[in-house]
Amino acid sequence: MKHFAVKYLREEKLPTPFCPGCGNGILMNAFFKAVEELGYRDLRNFVFCSGIGCAAWIPSPHFMADSIHTLHGRAVPVATGIKLMKPHLKVVVIGGDGDLAGIGLSHLIHAARRNIGLTVIMVNNMIYGMTGGQVAPTTPRGIKTTTTPKGNLEDPIDVARILVEAGAPYVAKWTTYHVISLKNSIKKALRKKCFTYIEVVSQCPTSYGRNAGFKNPSEMLKWFKENSITYEKAKKMGRDIWKKKIVVGEYVDIYREELTERIRMEDLDYEN
Amino acid sequence: MFWQGNVACAEAAVKAGCRFFAGYPITPASEIAERMAQILPEVHGIFMQMEDEIAAINAIIGASWAGAKSMTATSGPGFSLMQEGIGYAFMTETPCVIVVVQRLGPATGQASKGGQGNFMQARWGTHGDYSAIVLSPNSAQEMFDLTVEAFNLSEKYRTPVILLADELSAHIVEPVKIPERIVVVDRRKARDHSEPFFGSSDPKGIPPMPEVGEGLNILVTGSTHDEWGYRYTSDPDVHRKLVTRIYWKIEGNVRDIADYEADIDEKAKVGIVSYGCSSRTVYEAIDRLRGRGIRVSHLRFRTLWPFPDWIVEELAEKVNVILVPELSLGQFCREVERAAHGKARIISITKIGGGEMITPKEIIEVVERI
Repeated sequence: MKHFAVKYLREEKLPTPFCPGCGNGILMNAFFKAVEELGYRDLRNFVFCSGIGCAAWIPSPHFMADSIHTLHGRAVPVATGIKLMKPHLKVVVIGGDGDLAGIGLSHLIHAARRNIGLTVIMVNNMIYGMTGGQVAPTTPRGIKTTTTPKGNLEDPIDVARILVEAGAPYVAKWTTYHVISLKNSIKKALRKKCFTYIEVVSQCPTSYGRNAGFKNPSEMLKWFKENSITYEKAKKMGRDIWKKKIVVGEYVDIYREELTERIRMEDLDYEN
Repeated sequence: MFWQGNVACAEAAVKAGCRFFAGYPITPASEIAERMAQILPEVHGIFMQMEDEIAAINAIIGASWAGAKSMTATSGPGFSLMQEGIGYAFMTETPCVIVVVQRLGPATGQASKGGQGNFMQARWGTHGDYSAIVLSPNSAQEMFDLTVEAFNLSEKYRTPVILLADELSAHIVEPVKIPERIVVVDRRKARDHSEPFFGSSDPKGIPPMPEVGEGLNILVTGSTHDEWGYRYTSDPDVHRKLVTRIYWKIEGNVRDIADYEADIDEKAKVGIVSYGCSSRTVYEAIDRLRGRGIRVSHLRFRTLWPFPDWIVEELAEKVNVILVPELSLGQFCREVERAAHGKARIISITKIGGGEMITPKEIIEVVERI
């Protein structure tokens, strides 16, 4: 029997080029489970946009769908152009932390502010993996990378909290350990019309794990499990907790009228 | 209509079928965005002010893949920021129009003052090998006409087209005549998998373009790709085939794309080659010279790139000297000199700063000294 997800994939392009132990496969699995549980038999209603980096290769060319592999950091504005012209499509951005939190961060903030109906999934492996393990804006303090040989002197950025402040109606953050919750969040996000953001802290055993002292991928997953606390708990604790732990859960889930809906209302005015 | 050049450009875009505009405010191009914000919703089009020019170029690329004719408008600094995105549009063969109202640079330069310093950037601005179509108007009327032409060429050749205007043609207010019949070209659309989306058996071929959301499972990438859009970054032949076709589909059609105005006096020994705002000075200079019985020929390019070499060479064969007036330090002259193949002496007339034009008198003085 074929794996349930094969129908969503370009079979001739498998296996993926990802390293053994990479978290990308866990996200793919969670994404397809969500899509299947929502009743999609194929990905005809979806357009995927991705930038440059390992996570950007998740949809392109593996997904059996329309998929636009854009420049580094520019998946969100390309997706914005598509969504504005074809609001009925599910436009999903999948990218890494270098792509979305580094070079492309301003686009992400503005997409949240506009509340344009994209679903953005950021695979946060805390490193530039494809280029060989350079420090990222998400790398924790003290971690040795190829460009911080004595350890990272900077503090990491917390994209989820930034997007809450920017006005994103739905923000969730999980790790590759929290597969079921991740799947449920993706399901919830894909049902919504508004801008939705899901971050998944993921393991990169090759470029991050080795330098950070992890012996194997499963050690990293164990670390995710032990080092994360829920958003509800974190809210009751001091400010330091956000730097010490991975805060998982739904950061926000509210209603705000989505941009293309607002445009459609204005459009109706021109008809009358 | 009595329109400003930028307004004429926006009006023409909508008439050419533009239904998506994304931009970022910049002098001296902002009036295009302002007009688009007014008139696009009237035709159920989308106007979007983005967070920067990088977002603007990428948004119009996205909209183009969603089937819309799309446009952005900017000036030097914004054009510099857009270069990577323009390269992506070349590589993925994405039709779109980029209006560049030239000001003085480098950097912020003199924002509200005219110049012609983006001539080379318009052709060579992004990295790698490609060929660009660049058009240049010299009046409000041509801001209208060449905007329509830019969309048509973009759709026909499935490529980004740059309308290289300048502060004068953008801000001048002149009568603009809207043609009774406007020819509008639409892209050849792929509706199934019978023809590849990124390849052709013809080395100058233009593949049909699919649209997202129609069940064709299209793959688009700025990396080197095969004829169905799959990334192939290690095969030298895949790169060679793709990029030479992208180059030759434009360069190989230079005679179809070339648009110019030729005012040739077969007996003239002095020729002038110009484009954009500088050409308006030449008109006046030629009137005065001819009034005094001095015979002069004038070539004025509406198509700057691909550069119509042969037209310059033909002129160079007829005259002894070619004058090249421009508001930059010899960018345009360098190309004229190359195309003339040493068949005539080339004299560069340049001026930069403050948006000051070269005067007719300055051109006449050079002619007198020959």
